[in-house]
Amino acid sequence: MVALTAESRPVLQPFCRLRDDPVRGRVVLLAPERVLFPCGTSQAVLARLDGRPLGEVAADLADRYAAPADVILADALTMLQDLADQGFLAEAGADQGFPKEATP
Amino acid sequence: MTASNPPIGLLAEITHRCPLRCPYCSNPLELTRAEAELDAAAWARVLEDAAGLGVLQLHLSGGEPTLRPDLEELVAAARGAGLYVNLITAGVLLDGPRVRRLKAAGLDHVQLSLQDSDVDSADRIGGFKGGHAKKLAAARHLREAGLPITINAVVHRQNLDRIERTVALALDLGAHRLEVAHTQYYGWAFANRAALMPTPEQVDHARRVVDRARADLRGRLVIDYVAPDYYAKYPKPCMGGWGRQVLTIGPDGRTMPCHAAHTIKGLAFDSVKDRPLRWIWQNSPAFEAFRGTDWMQEPCRSCPRKEIDFGGCRCQAMALAGDARATDPACSLSPLHARLHALAREDAATDAPFTYRRMLPKDRLPEAPPALRAVEDA
Repeated sequence: MVALTAESRPVLQPFCRLRDDPVRGRVVLLAPERVLFPCGTSQAVLARLDGRPLGEVAADLADRYAAPADVILADALTMLQDLADQGFLAEAGADQGFPKEATP
Repeated sequence: MTASNPPIGLLAEITHRCPLRCPYCSNPLELTRAEAELDAAAWARVLEDAAGLGVLQLHLSGGEPTLRPDLEELVAAARGAGLYVNLITAGVLLDGPRVRRLKAAGLDHVQLSLQDSDVDSADRIGGFKGGHAKKLAAARHLREAGLPITINAVVHRQNLDRIERTVALALDLGAHRLEVAHTQYYGWAFANRAALMPTPEQVDHARRVVDRARADLRGRLVIDYVAPDYYAKYPKPCMGGWGRQVLTIGPDGRTMPCHAAHTIKGLAFDSVKDRPLRWIWQNSPAFEAFRGTDWMQEPCRSCPRKEIDFGGCRCQAMALAGDARATDPACSLSPLHARLHALAREDAATDAPFTYRRMLPKDRLPEAPPALRAVEDA
């Protein structure tokens, strides 16, 4: 996975876990040698990474939070690209985070 | 007293026993014997306490943690408490069935060490003939079980010339992450410093190789790089600050802010056998000793970087400056920094032999190098 776009279908790698942290009262993303504390918007995006294209995820969130989809998409791409570069995302259907041929 | 935040990570050194004898090991010269190790029930209780205290990640290390037949119980207890479970292993004891049992117990991730990319050199550095081949097999078992692998490559003068091949090997083994870590001079590594210190040319080369590989392998292999202290301009923010993010529990339950803290004279470390983990983290004098910035001397005290690197490493300040409150000599603002750089070059030019790590009685331990004197008094 190199550059994410609205057509990308990223999912969290199986070795990353999103969970509630009752001690700190927030959500944490656990990954090898990394602990991330995603903000509310990031959590909403991460919770929806189920193999759908990111454009659909953004549209869903735009609907839910009455915000412009293009702004949500741009924010999501920035946040997710960072995770992808750290190896925490895979393209849905691929097994090692390598992009398969572009899905039409 | 300084208020403490909850810790994020716990390094559990569940045994000091190890089939390898790496001279770069950061375990203490005086190793803990098997009879003194905490049992699985004691660890299970500690891991639950750690999660309750706020720990999110557990690093099961040693020694060689897979030497403990009850490792699966520890993994299951940790995972049951919600911890992210990382196993730090040499891999030489990992066959297919063991890997599958660990995976079934809830293991999340494995850090597999390589001593070198060349088999003869790797076996010589590890002091274990046939070890490298067993590691390659272990990587295959891990991959087949679907466990993600980080390759840990501790680098030094005797393997740095093959760093490109080490990067390639990590990729071949199916690792998603590679840690290229210059040797940290604690414990056995400190006693072996002259045999391990890289040359300045090797350090420059390593930096270039890592930068290039990061660009070439973006999205395929994440490379973390731990810079060499003795060639640094600023010190590492050791442990993210003393008693601030992480804690270490030794094989016998002794609990410390880092795995080398026992080298600091005058600190007494409480054990989870005697005290609740929460009390140790929040109140024990050893954890309070260097928490925050009030303990600092100049030049740290007035330094704008004091909340960035916390004056570097307290253990290194102790070992090199003879004072745990001193600025880590790895910092260019330390009066000992010039001497440290000169010493690195002197060490790198020697052909000192390895002193292999092993269990020895207290009166037969190898000698550690002396503290530095400033250039002007030398």
